[in-house]
Amino acid sequence: MSNLFTTFSDIWVMIKRNLIRYRRMPQLIVFSFIQPVMFVLLFAYVFGGAIKTGNEKYINFLLPGILVQTVLFGAMMTGVGLADDLSKGMIDRFRSLPMARSAVLGSRTITESLRNVFVVLLMTVVGYIIGFRIEHGFLNFGGALLFTIIFGFAFSWISATIGLLVKNVETAQTAGFIWVFPLAFASSIFVPVETMSGWVKTFALHNPVSYVVNVVRALALGTPVGDNFLYASIWIFAILVVFIPLATYIYKKIN
Amino acid sequence: MAHHPILDQYLRDAEQSGESEEKITRTLLDAGWQLHHFLDFFLFHGELGLGEEIISVKNVSKLFGQFRALDNVDFSAKKGRVTALLGPNGAGKTTLIRILTTLLHSTEGRVKVAGFDVVNDAQKLRSMIGLTGQFTAIDEVLTGRENLEMVGRLYHMEKFEAQNRCAELLKIFELEDAADRPAKTYSGGMKRRLDLAESLVAKPKILFLDEPTAGLDPKSRFDLWHIIRDLVQGGTTVLLTTQYLEEADQLANDIYVMNHGKIIAKGTPDELKRQIGGDVAELHLENNEDIEKTIKIIAPLGKSSPHANRDTSVISMPIEGGATTFLNIVRELDSAEVKIKDFSLRRPSLDDVFLKLTGGETKK
Repeated sequence: MSNLFTTFSDIWVMIKRNLIRYRRMPQLIVFSFIQPVMFVLLFAYVFGGAIKTGNEKYINFLLPGILVQTVLFGAMMTGVGLADDLSKGMIDRFRSLPMARSAVLGSRTITESLRNVFVVLLMTVVGYIIGFRIEHGFLNFGGALLFTIIFGFAFSWISATIGLLVKNVETAQTAGFIWVFPLAFASSIFVPVETMSGWVKTFALHNPVSYVVNVVRALALGTPVGDNFLYASIWIFAILVVFIPLATYIYKKIN
Repeated sequence: MAHHPILDQYLRDAEQSGESEEKITRTLLDAGWQLHHFLDFFLFHGELGLGEEIISVKNVSKLFGQFRALDNVDFSAKKGRVTALLGPNGAGKTTLIRILTTLLHSTEGRVKVAGFDVVNDAQKLRSMIGLTGQFTAIDEVLTGRENLEMVGRLYHMEKFEAQNRCAELLKIFELEDAADRPAKTYSGGMKRRLDLAESLVAKPKILFLDEPTAGLDPKSRFDLWHIIRDLVQGGTTVLLTTQYLEEADQLANDIYVMNHGKIIAKGTPDELKRQIGGDVAELHLENNEDIEKTIKIIAPLGKSSPHANRDTSVISMPIEGGATTFLNIVRELDSAEVKIKDFSLRRPSLDDVFLKLTGGETKK
């Protein structure tokens, strides 16, 4: 059998394993779904009235941001899952098998992306119920979802790196929040960046999350995409180029 | 094609009886199979009998920062035999196993397993070994069957092949009834059996077991010993680590005793026991306070220094001269008015060897 074939076969076997885990522990998906639902409700009904978004309905402004936030928070699961495997000795078992070295990490990030497809579709339905409308055609909205998923894939590699470094489920969870929170809140997810002030505004303007949200929002609402697509893509590309080799290197060196 | 007497005979018989072409082909195939089994039988015995070196470790050291987990270790294991690494916690047994199974690189030294360099030929080596780590490594969300099939597929077995092998292993390990239940519902012994089964999916040439029976109840431990013996009978080479002297004594053909990252003794269980020589006198004292006094009295009569267990008030000491020496000890103690609850004279056990080698350090 060719090397490439066995690599794909290994990744597929591992994806199946991860999917079985999700099927048997649906609470994992339910939790990654409850959180964004609460954020949607909180911002749409509590804070939304105080946020000025020009002529656009706030829910239409908010939901594309929430989609990105969902995959951003969801990315933490990658690190948590790997830390779980590490602490239970599964990674030792896998590393002693003649399987492809990339299969454990690759299958994990791909599985998270598959879960993201499911969760963003669900979030769209929730948004629809509380008044969100696709205003720029289904094709563009599909593109927005795809871009969101690709962004989630890139971020799950950062999460994988952290999970492999901390090697412990609780720490991976806490460590996840530390870097995810500032990225989520100092961004264009919930409020227009123009309304922020000082250095937070500067941070928010260049935050990769903002660029991605701007792209997704523009595609969903039919507003101009501008430079955002370029910058968002550069960020995603840079994250993949740095974190795929980094996570793989750490995986090989685990002791 | 070279002619073979058995094949020739079949051909002649077939021609004479005027068999159809199809029948002749079948007969030839049968003959081929017989030849195959014939050779297999011989090869199999060759594997069992020769006892050639299959693991070779030369001058291996492993440093974690400043800490020397392994210090210039020389070690070898022979094909078809059980080799045990015996030692207390922190002796370096697990570190050595992790190096042998490609999980860890040594700082110095050369390691070859089944003819492969553990660093340069790691991937080839991995398809020939099975590892059961110190902690049970099974996916508890998956069923026993799913666990085994996953591992089979990761060894790159065909799907049906993995399924067949998995069914076979479930039967051997008495997990058939629980095969389709998530592994988290299993008992400790069942989990450990599944763990071991996972490392046997690809019929490894060498099986590494890191403290296979740690934390198991006596019955599960006994069952596992039984399984390991069967594997060895089937030609598998086993390398195991253990803290239990009894386990090494029961299972191993060759024992390496480790302490503080070094190999401090090696030999067969009998050879090691002979190192102590003679017999062991064991005295169970009535009063804990008499221990120091007793040691003082009996020490000059022993072959090596006595070892006292302060919790149980039992003192053991290797002696020479059998019953005569033993009676002297008892007499001396009697005249010194040391009260003895029980006494015995026995053959040395691996415990005694271990205590002697580690200088009486308390084993765990």
